[in-house]
Amino acid sequence: MNLTLKIWRQKNAASPGGFETHEARDVSPDMSFLEMLDMVNERLIAAGQEPFVFDSDCREGICGTCSLVINGVPHGGRKGTTVCQLHMRHFQDGQTITIEPWRARAFPLVKDLIVDRTAFDRIMLAGGFISVNTGNAPEANALPVSKEIADLAMDAAACIGCGACVAVCKNASAMLFVAAKVSHLNYLPQGRAEKDRRVKNMVAQMDQEGFGNCTVTGSCEAVCPKEINLDFIAKMNRDYAVAVVKGELKANSGGGVG
Amino acid sequence: MNLDAKIPPGPLAQKWDRYKSNMKLVSPANKRKFDVIVVGTGLSGAAAAATLAELGYQVKAFCFQDTPRRAHSIAAQGGINAAKNYQNDGDSIFRLFYDTIKGGDFRAREANVFRLAQVSASIIDQCAAQGVPFAREYGGTLTNRSFGGAQVSRTFYARGQTGQQLLLGAYQAMCRQISLGNIHMFPRTEMLDLVVVDGAARGIVVRNLVTGDISLHSADAVVLATGGYANVFFLSTNAIGCNVTATYRAYKQGAFFANPCYTQIHPTCIPVSGDYQAKLTLMSESLRNDGRVWVPKRKEDCDKEPAAVPEAERDYYLERKYPSYGNLAPRDIASRAAKEVCDAGRGVGPGGRGVYLDLSNAIQRLGENTIRDRYGNLFDMYERITGENAYRQPMRIYPAVHYTMGGTWVDYGLMSTLPGLFIIGEANFSDHGANRLGASGLMQGLADGYFILPYTVGNYFASTKPEKIPVGHAGFKKAEEDVRQFTRRLLSINGKRSATSFHKELGKLMWENCGMARTRQSLETNLKHIPELREEFWKNVRVTGSGEELNQNLEHAGRVADFLEFAELLCLDALHREESCGGHFRGEHQTEDGEARRDDTNFAYVAAWEFKGADKKPELHKEPLVYEEVHMATRSYK
Ligand SMILES: Cc1cc2nc3c(=O)[nH]c(=O)nc-3n(C[C@H](O)[C@H](O)[C@H](O)COP(=O)(O)OP(=O)(O)OC[C@H]3O[C@@H](n4cnc5c(N)ncnc54)[C@H](O)[C@@H]3O)c2cc1C
Ligand code: FES
Repeated sequence: MNLTLKIWRQKNAASPGGFETHEARDVSPDMSFLEMLDMVNERLIAAGQEPFVFDSDCREGICGTCSLVINGVPHGGRKGTTVCQLHMRHFQDGQTITIEPWRARAFPLVKDLIVDRTAFDRIMLAGGFISVNTGNAPEANALPVSKEIADLAMDAAACIGCGACVAVCKNASAMLFVAAKVSHLNYLPQGRAEKDRRVKNMVAQMDQEGFGNCTVTGSCEAVCPKEINLDFIAKMNRDYAVAVVKGELKANSGGGVG
Repeated sequence: MNLDAKIPPGPLAQKWDRYKSNMKLVSPANKRKFDVIVVGTGLSGAAAAATLAELGYQVKAFCFQDTPRRAHSIAAQGGINAAKNYQNDGDSIFRLFYDTIKGGDFRAREANVFRLAQVSASIIDQCAAQGVPFAREYGGTLTNRSFGGAQVSRTFYARGQTGQQLLLGAYQAMCRQISLGNIHMFPRTEMLDLVVVDGAARGIVVRNLVTGDISLHSADAVVLATGGYANVFFLSTNAIGCNVTATYRAYKQGAFFANPCYTQIHPTCIPVSGDYQAKLTLMSESLRNDGRVWVPKRKEDCDKEPAAVPEAERDYYLERKYPSYGNLAPRDIASRAAKEVCDAGRGVGPGGRGVYLDLSNAIQRLGENTIRDRYGNLFDMYERITGENAYRQPMRIYPAVHYTMGGTWVDYGLMSTLPGLFIIGEANFSDHGANRLGASGLMQGLADGYFILPYTVGNYFASTKPEKIPVGHAGFKKAEEDVRQFTRRLLSINGKRSATSFHKELGKLMWENCGMARTRQSLETNLKHIPELREEFWKNVRVTGSGEELNQNLEHAGRVADFLEFAELLCLDALHREESCGGHFRGEHQTEDGEARRDDTNFAYVAAWEFKGADKKPELHKEPLVYEEVHMATRSYK
């Protein structure tokens, strides 16, 4: 099939950007979307023009690197599918397709279709871990975790950190990402000890990074390639409220060394 | 040069304990005076960086992705082995050790493999404590599944995402250390050379992939955790960024490269559909737990719908040939068996390059829901790629390049032939011999990173007390100039072909002549064509853009340039190894029924290659494989 592509071109964050139009001929329906773009890039190189840069690595929907907005929808809008797993059989011959980067204040543009998502890492640095040094772990089966809890934690942990939730949100909120991360660790007994400080610190960092507020429109859940459930946001809000209340009751930490 | 593996004396089961009790220690207060560079933050690198930082060393970590959480390790689906014996089915450290040695076709170093099995149980404890959401039973204990090459159930998993979950655990441990200021993380940064001063590894040259800036980093030890080289075949199940650059450039600086010809072809991948393809996709081996592999007995049936082929007309060839392991035969054997039936004209799907992986019996027995629970994500992925519903019809699969057992040569302490240069994870050669068993790559990466390297690096520091070398040192300046020169050269050719077109052509040569089966003739063909292709590359490649910006075309061209040299080393090694073992199958060396014929008299050694200069033949060094505990047997899965 033949397609018309409108692709975002921008040298860097400081330069202005805009759409360029390219024809993509002889596209096979079995190609993935990124393989189609590879082909366009190969033809640009052959013509002595600059290829478009876009992020990808695993190309099987798990690393969270690929990040394109297709016809206005992050990852292209097929349920549970990253753009690297989106196949051309879902497009029609003669169609015009627009391709843009994630757009959010907290994800500054790097070049063309690539943005900087290190804000997510900084949220993780604020508390997205369980503080256990290598070598300190008890025998794994010494602490049973019910299957229900383990499954819930796994549902949350399935997040691949791609940022589609932010890209689709009209407020560019990162609530679904942060909720998934907090819930994964807060559900598990191993993560309980740091539950309160984790949620407070991660939310504080999220705000500091310039992500917007959540107005629970649910668009994030709809585009999430791992179908992370909106309920995790409610869970995080609960954890946050508890943490704030507890924060007011401080234990006496002094005691002296006498 | 004498290759000394520095294996501690004493009985096998006591070697690691002896090493730990005899090693020299760096006192807690002195640890922060030592700088360690860790290149690569996949499972092995992230585990190492976090653990070294916890111990108090100053760590700088580098990766080419935008964050450590996206390393190729993330794609591992199936699981991780450990000798926990939670199923009470007779597993033990010795059994895991023996399965791994045997799986590797008796071409791995015994002492390393035993240590791997010993520390395996601690990995599961560590990961569970970090919050890795392993699959559990209703009673709350951890559950297991079976994998190829084993008759016990010892594989731990987290839905179909074991790699992502383990990597998140290691990444989170890194996050904690980054926030404490103990790790300085450099994402989107590529190592382009190793700096060697007075015969020891003392730093690296890197390029910032966003700005193009070249910078120098000095340290007391350099750890490469940069993964495998499967992408020398262009099409593989690896992430498209995987490359050999770091270890190949270390090889050119003096670190011997071992057994490059040991490459693994995985039996269960989605078949190739067209030449536009950028990579191949694995369908986890865990499917072979419940799936049966078959092709029609008669060629005439190959074009029929699978359901139209009656049971009696199906050849469940793995069950027929290997009754005791059946569909769980090791990967190299299952792959070759698939090739054999397809070569005989009994393959299915486009081009006759496919076999059925059929879960219909299991679906009938256990119900669709149970199967969805176990493998739902794999079925979904299969449908996204092929447009077919595998709950209704069998999957079509074919072998694809997946993993590389060869890698930089290391001693028992994971140090290369260059003092101060340590290699961990898939990048080293040590534990899988000529074939890796399923679910043991993750185990090895984490064993190296969490439990072995942090000790052996300390021992190195305490026994050598390296002096600080500033980045202004002439050795650094020269390495920097070489890197700049390399980049300028790539950008100045301005030829007619893209780097990708060279990569694809190289891949085709490698797959056809050095893939599942190799012969003297096919390898000689490659040894003639690869240098020609390389020559053309350096005259005719076109790299657009400049070096002072984000330029993926330039990054890829640099990696292809290294693959074009490395491929020759791989073929040379394959040619010299006049035997068949594990993933290395030489057509000349097979038994009458087509099984691999090993030659323990002449080839029971590790082949470690020393770089002798561009366009000179590398020199072969041999490390004899001495087995103290196990008896080298002919591998049989019948
Ligand atoms: C599809 C798939 C499924 C698999 N499933 C399983 C499984 O179920 N069980 C199992 O045990 N094993 C499995 N494996 C194998 C296993 O995943 C890998 O062997 C293992 O994860 C490799 O880890 P690593 O730490 O050595 O390297 P990688 O995870 O490959 O990490 C390499 C790191 O090095 C960095 N890097 C590379 N070159 C440079 C450079 N020049 N400069 C800077 N940084 C660089 C990268 O950025 C990355 O951070 C699977 C492999 C594949 C391909
Ligand atoms: S490239 Fe990894 S998720 Fe798309």
